[in-house]
Amino acid sequence: MSELIGSRYELRRTRTGAVEAKGRDYAEVFPEDLEAEADEEVGGYVHSIEVGSTVDGPGIRFVLFLTGCPLRCQYCHNPDTWHKRNGKRYTLGRITREIGKYAKVLKLSKGGLTVSGGEPTMQPRFLRRVMQATKAMGVHTCLDTSGRLGRNLTDADLADIDLQLLDIKSGDPATYERVTGHPLQPTLDYARRLSDLGRPLWVRFVLVPGLTDDPDNVARVADICAGLEPLERVEILRFHQMGKAKYETLGIPYPLADAEPPSPELTERVRAQFRERGLTVY
Amino acid sequence: MTFHHRPERPGFAEAWRGFEPGLWCDRVDTRDFIQRNVEPYLGDAGFLAGATPRTQKVWEALTPLLAEERRKGVLDVSQEPSSIIAHGPGYIDKELELIVGLQTDAPLKRAIMPSGGWRVVADSLEAYGFEPDPAVARIFTTYRKTHNDGVFSAYTPEILKCRRSGVITGLPDAYGRGRIIGDYRRLALYGLDFLIEDKEREKAELDSRHATEEIIRLREELTEQLGSLRQIRVMAERYGYDVAGPARTGREAVQWLYFAFLAAIKEQNGAAMSVGRITTFLDIYLERDIREGTLDEAGAQELIDDLVIKFRIVRFLRTPAYNELFSGDPTWVTDYIGGMGDDGRALVTRTSFRILQTLYNLGPAPEPNLTVGWSTRLPDGFKSFAARCSIDTSSIQYMNDDLMRPKWGDDASIACCVSGMATGKQMQFFGARVNLLKALLFAINGGRDEISGAQVGPPLAPITADVLDYDEVMARFDVMAEWLARTYVNALNIIHYMHDKYCYEAALMAFHDRDVLRTMACGLAGLSHTADSLSAMKYARVRAIRDDRGLVVDYAVEGEFPRYGNNSDRADAIAVMLTRMLMDKIRNHPTYRDALHTQSILTITSNVVYGKQTGNSPDGRRSGEPFAPGANPSNGADTRGALAAMMSVAKLPYDDALDGISLTISVVPTSLGSAEERIAKAVGGLDAYFGSNGFHVNLNVLNRDTLREAMERPEDFPQLTIRVSGYAVNFVKLTKEQQLDVLNRTFHGKF
Repeated sequence: MSELIGSRYELRRTRTGAVEAKGRDYAEVFPEDLEAEADEEVGGYVHSIEVGSTVDGPGIRFVLFLTGCPLRCQYCHNPDTWHKRNGKRYTLGRITREIGKYAKVLKLSKGGLTVSGGEPTMQPRFLRRVMQATKAMGVHTCLDTSGRLGRNLTDADLADIDLQLLDIKSGDPATYERVTGHPLQPTLDYARRLSDLGRPLWVRFVLVPGLTDDPDNVARVADICAGLEPLERVEILRFHQMGKAKYETLGIPYPLADAEPPSPELTERVRAQFRERGLTVY
Repeated sequence: MTFHHRPERPGFAEAWRGFEPGLWCDRVDTRDFIQRNVEPYLGDAGFLAGATPRTQKVWEALTPLLAEERRKGVLDVSQEPSSIIAHGPGYIDKELELIVGLQTDAPLKRAIMPSGGWRVVADSLEAYGFEPDPAVARIFTTYRKTHNDGVFSAYTPEILKCRRSGVITGLPDAYGRGRIIGDYRRLALYGLDFLIEDKEREKAELDSRHATEEIIRLREELTEQLGSLRQIRVMAERYGYDVAGPARTGREAVQWLYFAFLAAIKEQNGAAMSVGRITTFLDIYLERDIREGTLDEAGAQELIDDLVIKFRIVRFLRTPAYNELFSGDPTWVTDYIGGMGDDGRALVTRTSFRILQTLYNLGPAPEPNLTVGWSTRLPDGFKSFAARCSIDTSSIQYMNDDLMRPKWGDDASIACCVSGMATGKQMQFFGARVNLLKALLFAINGGRDEISGAQVGPPLAPITADVLDYDEVMARFDVMAEWLARTYVNALNIIHYMHDKYCYEAALMAFHDRDVLRTMACGLAGLSHTADSLSAMKYARVRAIRDDRGLVVDYAVEGEFPRYGNNSDRADAIAVMLTRMLMDKIRNHPTYRDALHTQSILTITSNVVYGKQTGNSPDGRRSGEPFAPGANPSNGADTRGALAAMMSVAKLPYDDALDGISLTISVVPTSLGSAEERIAKAVGGLDAYFGSNGFHVNLNVLNRDTLREAMERPEDFPQLTIRVSGYAVNFVKLTKEQQLDVLNRTFHGKF
């Protein structure tokens, strides 16, 4: 076995003691990551905890970043969360204690817990227990998901999630597949299910010039949004290059190394496409 | 019975028309007047008016003078010793000013106030290129003893040693203690004649009491106060006003109140000259005029703008050494805005908005020290407007009204930075602060100064072990802190005895009740470094490194240890323990005039000086490096974001730091989320902090780059304002060292 150093970046030490990035396997989705969680002491793989986020849902958020994601989005800025076992294992108790320390301030700031990733639904059992425990504290819960594995969540699970931050990465199926390596349909099914159940959601769309900005692609996302009953807002996330360094550290190819953030004009055009359909856009 | 009857005095019926009568009509009781007449405003900022051309013209008249002052340090000085009736009337623009009155006969011209100490006056004059007037020098060196002379005639050798080593620093023994707030509203509500009669009653009540030292002192003080009140009449007459009766209009109310405050700042060069809690009081007058159709919104805003212009040009002559302690020429014209009433109504009025609006009408500025009394129950409209002002100007500080109100009532004001007190009913003996970290180093070194090697503290056995043991160090630290508290309280007793004797604040105390609650406001500096140092000993291995004098001069830490400021209970508990420890020890020592013992965790900008005087510490801080300001976590130690840092600070017990706990937080704008949501997020953050018992926060919303640019091109940033510790400053007026200290502090990229 290679020796893993640190929890965030999967690096290994060579025989000569040098540290090198273990980039070879990065694009792969390990089968064992998709397996059900072992029925041992409840716990999960955590990339990191961020207290005080203001960009992951309403108010001030306690964000729990879980590891493991089936998607390989070209613009992903957290490639270090792709592999579940790249995270650090935390017990449920440790996580809920940490959330509990902030329960009061999260409530006071009209914020709450956001579970993000990675794709949190890769660890449905852990996610479920975290959400249940947080709801029991009276704290608002949020799930940041691509919806790809939405089938992992039961209707009862959804009832414990006050707000869904659903990433719809593209509206055109071919573009979606090019961006993520996966089909669009499961996400659409999940969105429909949330809508039918009346579960509040925000849709997020990452705008990458030359990748997701085609007017038709955007129009399709907007159309999907317009059909969602409990949709509260759409957030246009402008692509940025803050993840670039991680790819370099990990030594894996970064397809968008030369991409630029969208111009204000492009951002405005896209926002307008959503606004035209009567949607609230941020 | 005359209960609830308006006095049969000429002019009172007109002046008090439309006011709900009550206890306040018979006796001086400003709070009762406010409670019966306040109209809380629950709306948003939509009603506010911009600056009128008149206001702009008055403000612009000052621009060249302010620029010249920035260049020279001091624009001009009058060597006529200041008093209420010293100097003829002065104006910025006599034709245009709505509210009049300057400290001397010209704007920004500073006066000398030698009763505090002649040496300070002479040093200040010489530092700015003025020759001290020999005649005045002769009076204050030959005939008239000063506060400074008094203090040094009574100091003990031990106090002098502490002062020299820097374990006790910044004491108000050579400058005015300040931090006394007259209830200047009284002049507007009652007029001078009523107040003089009331003071005479207070004095007459003592006639039959035994002439003990206490009663003699009080009688003399009341006579001084009466003299000040009579001088205010003369001062106002020179500006063409008769303030014998109460104010009849909003404009008069502002003018009367300002005259009372002007008397205070002509009489005293206090370290902090707060104006109190004025906006909700003034609102009652302004809204009455608006109702009567004699004033419109633009006119009401003009009056507040004009008053604020006056507050912005309050000046005192101070030495460069003073500037090292309290940098940027602060005067702490602190106004406490908002807060809640005991009955659950918000004391937020339109005028609470109007005073914040001056930050837009006149641009950002450090003075007046705008202090919002926050409660989670404040109206949303006001919360949002205050947060917006913070995001746009970084000029506001926030105080937890819900913590203060049970202690000091719902008519409390803030003295200086964070000291709450019942307005007109309470005063404090300002006590600067002790250097807690240096005391810890003394404990390790057997009472010897870690820099000079001199024996300053009691000669305990020094620690000789290679690895510092937490319990062993704490046992010695306990003894050292006991000694420090005694020496400290003794020094403060001497200082305030002499200040009362030689530099009594008659004009300020004239606007107080006779029998005030006095607090002995001690303080501590270096909390975060001391807590982290002890945490290192407790949770890691700290090896002592000794020099050839046998002094421990450095420390090598092996292993990780929790640091204060990350919402980690292990480290935060040490900070709480230290706060309680020092407070308990301070309480052991009797105080001058039976003052109530309190302490603050506030450094103002003296954190730089304290750091300079303190050697390497076990938390990794290098010798000479600035301390973290106030109750802040050490720079860079708070790695978990602003919220976690705030939660740590919120754990410090207010009951053991009743003089205030100061936190200064700088966040970058993007940490508050997208532009549309920043206000809501900031409000959420403030609700979270104050709802968790946080006491105070200076909130800066800034990028480091802006400050860097301002250091390079100060002339382009004349109004760039930042909150430091308990007050705000023009960034470009800070010393280079202070600027770097601000730059090196944590700028939270996330909330």
